[in-house]
Formats: sequence, C-alpha cells, structure tokens
Amino acid sequence: MEVNEIIREENLVYRRTPLMTPATLSYCPGCGHGTIHRLIMEVIEEMGIQEETIGIAPVGCSVLAYDFMDVDFSQAAHGRAPAVATGIKRLWPDKYVFTYQGDGDLAAIGTGETIHACNRGEDITIFFVNNGIYGMTGGQMAPTTLEGMKSTTSPYGRNSETMGPPYKITEMVAQLGGTYYVTRQSVHKPGPVRKAKKAIRKAFEVQRDKKGLSFIEFVSNCNSGWRMTPNDSNKWMEENMFPFYPMGDIKIDGELVVKG
Amino acid sequence: MKGNEAIAEAAIRAGVDAYFGYPITPQSEVLEYLTLQKPEERTGMVILQAESEVASINMIYGAAGTGKKVMTSSSSPGISLMQEGISYIAGAELPCLIVNVVRGGPGLGTIQPSQADYFQSTKGGGHGDYHLIVLAPASVQEMADFVDLAFELAFKYRNPAMILSDGLIGQMMEKVELPPQKARIDTYDQSWVITGKKNRERNIITSLNLDPELQYEHNLKLQEKYRRMSEDVMFEKFDCDDAEFLLVAYGSSARICQKVVEMARDRGKKLGLLRPQTLFPFPTEELNKLSRRVKGIMAVELSAGQMVEDVRLAVNGKVPVYHYGTPGGKIHSPEDVLGAVEEKFIGGL
Repeated sequence: MEVNEIIREENLVYRRTPLMTPATLSYCPGCGHGTIHRLIMEVIEEMGIQEETIGIAPVGCSVLAYDFMDVDFSQAAHGRAPAVATGIKRLWPDKYVFTYQGDGDLAAIGTGETIHACNRGEDITIFFVNNGIYGMTGGQMAPTTLEGMKSTTSPYGRNSETMGPPYKITEMVAQLGGTYYVTRQSVHKPGPVRKAKKAIRKAFEVQRDKKGLSFIEFVSNCNSGWRMTPNDSNKWMEENMFPFYPMGDIKIDGELVVKG
Repeated sequence: MKGNEAIAEAAIRAGVDAYFGYPITPQSEVLEYLTLQKPEERTGMVILQAESEVASINMIYGAAGTGKKVMTSSSSPGISLMQEGISYIAGAELPCLIVNVVRGGPGLGTIQPSQADYFQSTKGGGHGDYHLIVLAPASVQEMADFVDLAFELAFKYRNPAMILSDGLIGQMMEKVELPPQKARIDTYDQSWVITGKKNRERNIITSLNLDPELQYEHNLKLQEKYRRMSEDVMFEKFDCDDAEFLLVAYGSSARICQKVVEMARDRGKKLGLLRPQTLFPFPTEELNKLSRRVKGIMAVELSAGQMVEDVRLAVNGKVPVYHYGTPGGKIHSPEDVLGAVEEKFIGGL
C-alpha cells in the first residue's frame, strides 16, 4: 500500500513545506536547524518570493543549507556571508538576500563583516542561530558559550578571566545605525515557533521595503554538542541560555526597545 | 593619466557593474578616481569601500555569482588578505577581475614598486590547485586595455583574472587612448548565475564537494581548463629575429629592458627581448622555440628571482638561463642590467 493511499487529503495534518527539497536533513535529531529552515521557507512561500530570493550558506552545521532550501544559494567562506550578501544585494537591490549563520561563523571569525554590513544598513536579512558551541567541528567553545559551560576546548568550563566572557552580538548590532529590526527568538516549543515565524515574516517585509538590515537571533540547542538528549537540551537552554540571552524584540522600526 | 587612473576609467568604460575595494598604497587612486567620477551616474556602476580586503573580495565573490562584471584592486599585503576569497572564487569558477599594484615585501615591506608577487599570482596564491589568468601591463595604455581583455578572458573561462601591475606602472603618467564606452551586461547565462530561480532550476554557487570523488573530478576539470588557456597566451618580441642573447621580462622590468636592448644594439650586440603579456598562461612554447636560436637567456625581474623558474622550465636546459633581479622595492637602471648582460654574455664573446 502506498503512503498516499494511507494518508488521504482529509486526514493530512502535516506536510513537507513545498520549498524544502526532498533531501533528508543532515542535522542531528532534536536540533533546531530543521525547524528554522522550514519556517524561513514557509515565509518565502507565503510571500511568493521564491523566484526573487538568494540565500547565503555559512561554514558550520548549516554549510549544506542549500541542499534543503529550494532557492538560489551561494556558499560563503567562514564568517564572510554578510560581505557576500552585500555584493549580491548592491547589484540586485530588488532581490531578497538572506544569510544563515551560526555563532562561530557570525560572532567570532565573521565579527567584522557582521558589524560593518549591519552598520551600512544593507537591505539584507541575517538569520543567526546561536547554540553556544561549534557544532560541526565537534563541540568547541564559541564566543557565545556561557560562563562555566563545558565544551571540548573549555573542558573545565568557560573561564571568563582567561577566555573572555560570552558576548551578545545581537544587542551590539542593535546599537548600529543601519539595523532596522533586531529580535531574539527560539523554536523549541509551538508557541515560540509561531512567534519566530512572525519575526521572519517581518524581517523579509523590512527587506522588501528597503528600510535597512533585519537581524534575527535564534537561541537554539545543540543536543549532540551539549551531550544531552533533545528534551534535556531544550530544558537546559530555557534554564541557562534564556536568562543570558533573553527572548524578544531588541529593535523595532529602527528604534531600540526600552525594557521596563 | 596615471596608470591607476587609467584602470579606473577603463573599468567604467568597459561597462563594469561594480567595484569593491579598500585603500592601500600604491593603488588608492583607483578607488579615489572611481568615487570622484560618480560612475553610478555615468553608467550605474556600483562603488563601495569595504571595511577590509577580506570583505571586498567576498563582496566580489557574491556579486560575481550573479553574473555581473565585478572587480577589486589592491596592493601586495591586501592581495595576501584576499587569498582565501580568491581560492573560493577559483573553486566556484566565477569570473572577476583583481588588480594587484605590487609593492615590495615580505610583510608590510615598502610602498616602492616590486615584482615579487609573481609566484603568488601565477601559482595560485591561496589554498588548493588553481590558477588565475594573469595579465602583465607594461604601460599606462595596457593598464587601460587589459581591463576589457581581462573580463573577456574571465568570462570565457569562468575564472578570476588578475592584472599584475606594480607601483611604477600604477603611479607613472603617460598618454593613453581610452576605449569607447561599452554598455553594461543585461543578459545573464542562466545556467549558473544566482539571480533567483525564475523559469529554471535553481543554481548554487559553491566550492564544496564533500564527496572526494566529485572533488577529484572537479579538480580534473579545472586543470583541463587551465591547459586550454594556453591558446590565449600573449607576448611581444623586440629584436628577437637575429638575437644571439635573449632577455625575458614583463611589466616595468620589460620597459627597462627595452632600453637595454637599444643600448646593446648601439654597441653592435645582438640582444633581444621577449615580453610576456600573459604570465598565466606563460609563453612556454615561444620561449622554447627561441631558446633553440640563442646562446643564453636572462630573466630580468624586480624580485630575487621568481619568473626565472618558469623560464628555466620552458628552456629545459637547452641554453644557460641567468637571472638579474632587484628585490625589495629598488629599481635597477638600464645600465645595471646592461652591465649584467655584458658580464654573462657579451663579455664572453
């Protein structure tokens, strides 16, 4: 019996997002990347901009993002995605250009490109997936690794005295004149997923209206790198990551959000 | 017009779509001239000063992937910073132009002219097995002419091209005949560009093949392409027909050597000069032919000896190959070179 015979249209409760390719995701089970990929592609589908969109893949776990997201793509060298996106967008100002980067890529080796693309206010969207670790290379310390957090290169826990404290690049870029919409989201539960999708939509709308750079950080889990089960990793993330990287909008319509 | 300005003006006239760059002596006039000329009004050309050479070469990588004609320029230390991006561009097979107005090294070195980036330019420069198309202008006129030529070759082979100049040609003022204004590209080869997957399958620009078998095949394809480039080799010969001794020099050194040939001929000595205009592809065959007719060859460079290795490979032991070079930003005079020529060849007659 074929799958389509079992799952009749009236019984369908879930389907593959049409703009996700049929390729099997290369991410670990439980990882947030797949959900974020899907949300971005759902928004691109709903806005009807697939034919006008160009993505930039980073170096890291999502180096093969182009295998899964069905739009034109350029792979970029480690950290350079905002510069690559700048080159494309400056020549094709009416296209939608987004980068998809991890914390090592965006906040360590690519800090310069990130800061300057944000400061110039390139009309691009940066999706920043922060799981506090270098996942692809096996769980090394990242700039966003929490104080005391263990990784393969901070095996006794991150020591801010010698390694520097974790830093919040999202709050930093919000200070720059070129950013228009800056927010922090997560995708570990249905509620946050819905919020995250709205944020992605808003980010692409900001780009459509050429108002400046839109920047979304997703605080996400790395259950493999953190050596936890997916459930435990999400719980750990809520208890440890969220207090340091609080959820919510940081800059809206070019104005910093004042938190009372 | 200065050599650097000639490059910039020729770029506007060649219909170049964008320039991304970062200031460094002795090539800053390229970016300065471009911003002053308002090419965004003249042709719609985009000019952007990047935050670093690393950023500018990655802007080039991104923009070149959309099929546009894009270029950057820098000088030796800046070109070193770009090597990662250049390797990616070569790996992803993107056409673009990189101008290197060479200064003396290593390190921060000197801002004086040099030809010490020959190895870096012709042998790859970044990681992996790849080559750039390398053009070596010897006059301000060629600085202008080679811009269009570089793009023609870059698009023919989908490969980055480099104009390898130096601080002498870049800063030198000469009369120059500028080409007429060309229109910018408005059609793109949809088989590979990333402009959005409209009415076609999607395209991906990448230099990554996790499967070694695919990367092996990709490398073989690249090497086949580099071999094909030999059909576009360019060189000039001066007084080679009856020459008993041959100089080989490119760029500013070739200008000096032209004078050396004249001086030697005035003394009745049969000296000739081969001037490669393309350093990759290198005029290996021509040099091999010439080596059958001369008694000796001398490579003359503003370096401690780099191109001389390719000369030796081409000559393959047929006749002695010598080197006369001045490294570190100093420029040899025609008399210096003539002295060396007389010592090696003519004195022995």
